[in-house]
Amino acid sequence: MSSVKRKEALLLSGNEAIARGAWEAGVKVASAYPGTPSTEILENMARYPEVNAEWSPNEKVALEVGAGASYAGARTLVSLKHVGLNVAADPLFTLSYTGVKGGLVIINCDDPQLHSSQNEQDNRHYARAAKLPMLEPADSAEAYEFTKAAFDLSEKYDCPVLVRPTTRVSHAMGLVETGERSESAMPLEIKKDPAKLVMLPGFARPRHPKIEARMKELEEFAETFEGNRIEMGDKKIGVITAGISYLYTREALPEVSILKLGMAWPLPRKKIREFALKVDKLYVVEELDPFIEDYVRGLGVEVTGKALIPTCGELNPAIVGEAVLGGKTDKVKLNPDLPPRPPIMCPGCPHRGLFWVLKKEKAFVCGDIGCYTLAAQKPLEALDTCLCMGAGIGQAFGIEKALGKDADTKVVAVIGDSTFAHSGMTPLADIAFNGGNVPVIILDNRTTAMTGRQGNPISGLTAGGEETNSIDLEMLAKSFGISQVTVVNPYDIEQTREAVQKAFETEGSSVIISRSPCVLIPQFKEVKKAPLRVEVDECDGCRTCLMVACPAVTWVSEEREVKGKKRKGYAKIDELMCTGCGVCAAVCKTGAIK
Amino acid sequence: MTVKNILMAGVGGQGVIVASQAMAAVARLAGLDVKKSDVHGMAQRGGSVLSHVRFGEKVYSPLIPDGEADILMSTEKLEAIRWLPFVKKGGKIAVNTQMIMPPTVTRGAQEYPKGIIEKLTEFDPDIVAFDCLEVAKEVGNPRTATVVLLGALSTMLDFDPDLWTEALKTAVPQKVMDVNMKAFAAGVARGKK
Repeated sequence: MSSVKRKEALLLSGNEAIARGAWEAGVKVASAYPGTPSTEILENMARYPEVNAEWSPNEKVALEVGAGASYAGARTLVSLKHVGLNVAADPLFTLSYTGVKGGLVIINCDDPQLHSSQNEQDNRHYARAAKLPMLEPADSAEAYEFTKAAFDLSEKYDCPVLVRPTTRVSHAMGLVETGERSESAMPLEIKKDPAKLVMLPGFARPRHPKIEARMKELEEFAETFEGNRIEMGDKKIGVITAGISYLYTREALPEVSILKLGMAWPLPRKKIREFALKVDKLYVVEELDPFIEDYVRGLGVEVTGKALIPTCGELNPAIVGEAVLGGKTDKVKLNPDLPPRPPIMCPGCPHRGLFWVLKKEKAFVCGDIGCYTLAAQKPLEALDTCLCMGAGIGQAFGIEKALGKDADTKVVAVIGDSTFAHSGMTPLADIAFNGGNVPVIILDNRTTAMTGRQGNPISGLTAGGEETNSIDLEMLAKSFGISQVTVVNPYDIEQTREAVQKAFETEGSSVIISRSPCVLIPQFKEVKKAPLRVEVDECDGCRTCLMVACPAVTWVSEEREVKGKKRKGYAKIDELMCTGCGVCAAVCKTGAIK
Repeated sequence: MTVKNILMAGVGGQGVIVASQAMAAVARLAGLDVKKSDVHGMAQRGGSVLSHVRFGEKVYSPLIPDGEADILMSTEKLEAIRWLPFVKKGGKIAVNTQMIMPPTVTRGAQEYPKGIIEKLTEFDPDIVAFDCLEVAKEVGNPRTATVVLLGALSTMLDFDPDLWTEALKTAVPQKVMDVNMKAFAAGVARGKK
């Protein structure tokens, strides 16, 4: 790209580039459930007036909406994070059989290094298992190009196409030369076609050989796909690589020969063999699993990969250079003695009071996925499990079944509003259906907070920011047959404690709705109060208020005597940060916080 | 030109990402290839934030290779010393001397490290270190502290001042543009001292 073109190029994140590419490809429908690092894709799609974009309740629904839109001829984009594809795996595998009409592209964002995830799974395996093509961009420019190309591939080969950026591709920014939108020529209509769309065994059976034939054709396509290219350099070392690992390889090993794979599945058998013959020693540089490496070895080609390249965590230029060239570069080491700065709940966060109560109750808390998962950290340490979206309720019921209803351990499930809408309703139905006692607390902060405040079916805001129906949680719980449904204000520690204790004591199922808006959404203005302050001469320096882990409460070291007692310092409240929520004041033993 | 590596550090909420966006935009406007990498999501909740910005004739990796940062800009003292090992020998530092206590320090479990500025000055005798929050308050908006520091950083690079103005427009909302321009100019003045 010339310097003149660069000035006119857009500086886009991988996610923005994907949205731009999809829009230019003529996408009419987009659906997603928020999840780092994929969230910004749908947020950007929602800004294009030609696109009907929705936050779906979960990824399975997002893909099913995508399937319907595609059957009706619309080019459709579905975006999700790696673990989201687990949720959408059920429709995915059979969509591979039905195929598509309008191009259907699924953007699957993997998260090596678990920047914001509960595991580090490698979703290239899904492409192989579901028999679908998968493209793998390295930077924003490729994210844009590959997304556009994926729509043509989808329509040509009659299948959904997966595109797999990783966190460093989704969130890194680079220059992109963009184009104009062109509308798809596909007519928008829905026609009966049971042999293709009704996957009864009798219809599905003849589809399977068609899928196998399609994969053969795609293998041929992979041989000629421009994204799979050989860049010859020094022939002593050859590296097969893909995605972000290609850029790390180029950076660390500028002299070597490279086979850069833009297609993660199917892999170009002939091209791999051709490249292997050209170089003396062959390496595979890839993040996470030995996906390419195992394939290459399966071809009978000698190759070195995971013997030198780590399977866990993300790579970087230093790791790649060291692995291939051997020897030790001066590896940078961070000082482990420096105080860490982990993410924490915001000042005034409504979750804080509730977790303080659960900590004091010494409950075993089955948690879920959201900002409140941070309650597992010191000093609150009031969340004891986190498995996957919606898991906490089922886990709590399972513990109750194992220990028996009269066990001494108090077990409770907590789940956020968006996570409850995603996959909390079915396990709650289980408790109601199968006679559970374990209390379920829904943390209703009126938004999907952790991923950046997206709307959900409980908050009643659409992806475009318009008001819509919102689920009445009280009515929902009652309609399930939950015997006791209570709503509490989590800033009111006493009220919350009473409700929790009552739920533990009462026989029968119970739901507590802990309701107050997230501090980061406009409704918070209605509950925000004047900042509190510490009366310095009344503070005895016990630090109890610091145990609620609010960033607005800090500490001033100053040894002196107060009311005849020695103290090491006193608490101080940052008036710019404090929202007046009163949780620190409620736990203060001396009443020094006013 | 060889690739220039700018490492930008701070605490979630201080505007490090906005600053790195402006930095990347300047390089683009100068006709250079540019890549920038930072992590969103969980990191934003008051945690350490780190942004890599790289520009030059051709940039491959969005991550700065270990120990190759030419300049470290940090909006907080402790974060500067945390990421110092990533700066190459002879690299430059611009730091806001503001102190934001991490949770282990407020709880009394750890102490905030002493002598940070001294250690940083030992590394870079020409360090630009000052309280950007104070300057931002003088300018009229404490929220512009990071833009003040960005102004100081700009004096360590050779971009045309007009490009910085244009770049800031792409990163900062229109309604607060004036105060941010003032903040940037105040930072430039501190950088040149």
